[in-house]
Amino acid sequence: MGRELALAIVDGILVGGVYALMAVGLTLIFGVLDIINIAQGVLVILGAYLSYSLYTKAHIDLFVGLLITIPAMFVIGVFIHWAFIRRLRGTERTSMTLLVTYAVALIIEGILFKIYGADNIQISTSYTNSSVDVAGIYVGWIYIWGFVLALALVAFVYALLYRTKFGRSVRATMQDETAARLVGIDVNRVAALTFGIGVAVTAAGGMVFGATNAFNANSGYDLISRLLSIIILGGMGSVGGALGASLFMLTLESVVTIWQPNWAVLVYYAALVIVLLYRPAGLFGRKAVRAQ
Amino acid sequence: MSKESRLDNGLARPEKALKGGGLLVLAVVAVLFPQFTSDPAVTNYGVLALIYITAATAWNIFSGNTGYISLGQAVFFGSGAYAMGIAARDWHLNGDIVFALLPLCGAVGALIAVPFGLIALRVRRHTFIVITIAMFFIFQLMAFNFSFTGGSSGLQSPFLNWPAATYNTPFYYIGLAYAAGSIVIAWLVRRSRFGLQLRAIRDDEDRARGLGVKTMRVKLAAFTMSGAITAMIGAVWFFYLNQVEPQTGFDPIFDLTLVLMAFLGGYGSISGPVLGALIIEPLTLWLNTQPAFNGGGLSQILLGAVFLIVVLFMPRGIIPTGGEIITKLRMRGRPAVIPTTTMGPVASAPTISSGGAR
Repeated sequence: MGRELALAIVDGILVGGVYALMAVGLTLIFGVLDIINIAQGVLVILGAYLSYSLYTKAHIDLFVGLLITIPAMFVIGVFIHWAFIRRLRGTERTSMTLLVTYAVALIIEGILFKIYGADNIQISTSYTNSSVDVAGIYVGWIYIWGFVLALALVAFVYALLYRTKFGRSVRATMQDETAARLVGIDVNRVAALTFGIGVAVTAAGGMVFGATNAFNANSGYDLISRLLSIIILGGMGSVGGALGASLFMLTLESVVTIWQPNWAVLVYYAALVIVLLYRPAGLFGRKAVRAQ
Repeated sequence: MSKESRLDNGLARPEKALKGGGLLVLAVVAVLFPQFTSDPAVTNYGVLALIYITAATAWNIFSGNTGYISLGQAVFFGSGAYAMGIAARDWHLNGDIVFALLPLCGAVGALIAVPFGLIALRVRRHTFIVITIAMFFIFQLMAFNFSFTGGSSGLQSPFLNWPAATYNTPFYYIGLAYAAGSIVIAWLVRRSRFGLQLRAIRDDEDRARGLGVKTMRVKLAAFTMSGAITAMIGAVWFFYLNQVEPQTGFDPIFDLTLVLMAFLGGYGSISGPVLGALIIEPLTLWLNTQPAFNGGGLSQILLGAVFLIVVLFMPRGIIPTGGEIITKLRMRGRPAVIPTTTMGPVASAPTISSGGAR
């Protein structure tokens, strides 16, 4: 029992790191552009398929392949922003952007269905099938490497936000778009780049997700509902909150799975409902979610 | 809201008569439609279009009026279907009597809507939409995992002893009754003080509350109405398709389709969702019968693409955008004395008095 619990906690933390990476992208996009990117889930799946194709067709290692897929996803993100998000203005913008990203998700999902079919696949390599014995607990190498990668990238995003001039303009835009514009920040450029970065991290998240889960084009729905719960719990727009909430929720889910495998996913929604009843701004949120 | 009613007020008397006559002709055609053809392949389009008209109108009663976009209507749709299936199975009901259970399904929908609304309506904008999505996943998960819902194989509908040749016709009339009923309800809501309060919430919730609108109560009432109607039509849909599974009863595409219908036709107006449903549902049905569209992927891409085009290029939908074009064309002949800026307040003044009839 104790071993099972320890295994579940380790597992939850390792997987939580990867979810943190995807959630940070989502929460960053929300913070800067004030939109929820519903397509984030299916973009993760797209990232997984890209890694899968590079690995099976061109025999490029998963981690090396990221050098191709991360820039590719960045370009896709900037394109989505340029083609659709940028054009939306006015009072209904919030709901409109949600619908637009939902539509984008549908299109990507449809394309993935056309190309790869509806069968579940999983990326398998030498290190996805081997594990290491850590104090009596067997942990798959891919989980460890995925966790390290995720942490490195979250740290990178964090440094980008808090240690660079670009990061300062991002944070200024998050605080007050009009004021940022007034002090000479090119808000549109910041928005486009942020969207690109937010989507680019899904390439890495998707690679690890694809190597640790069986997936098909449909898996995006499950992912996005978890990610949305995470960023609301963490307080929308808060990078640290997304990180903490990911680790907490995935660990909780992993522990609950020991007793109730079918219902474990319910912890997300239960936590979401409870938090919103008592703290509508989320656990770490500073933004007034209730404000119109 | 103001755009459309402004147009209504702008109509001269003969045009109003024309509009009424048009509605009458439309109603007669709708009633007589199954008499022209009893080909099930054709009436199938009619039945499903009517089901979606009802669901989209129900969506509009809440979301169109309040501006709270619900992406969780499938919760009610699926719950209605499941309530019907479980009641008919456990009480061993068969034959026409099962239709007496429809009000019960409506009550189930309303019963779900109250706690759902009490939680979700505490938050606004993005967070509300996200909560509705989360609720939707909870219900799908429950349908998959509980034993009384039949798990992943779902439920079969009770057997209806109807002749196969005209099997669709009674469904058509049930659908028509629901569609007409929900449109009438939407119209009554829109004209009432209640509807005005809902639209006040949409424009500025805090100010509405400041002016004495019991916002939570009003929102919850509209949400419950919408849920009850959607649950009943979900039960009808369940009979029509003979079965319900967790992924068809609680279908994310269903949620999105309703929103698309409302946005395509005209968000917030009564005719909008009806028109949107009349365009989209037959179109998707037809596309799915085309061999090139086998396997789902392509129709999904198309749905997304239509959605993008609508949202980006006619964000207010076909009817309002069309109305604006007509108004512009009409204005062309007149002397351009009245600057467009003074048009707004002058034309919208009667809106308040006519909309506020109580």
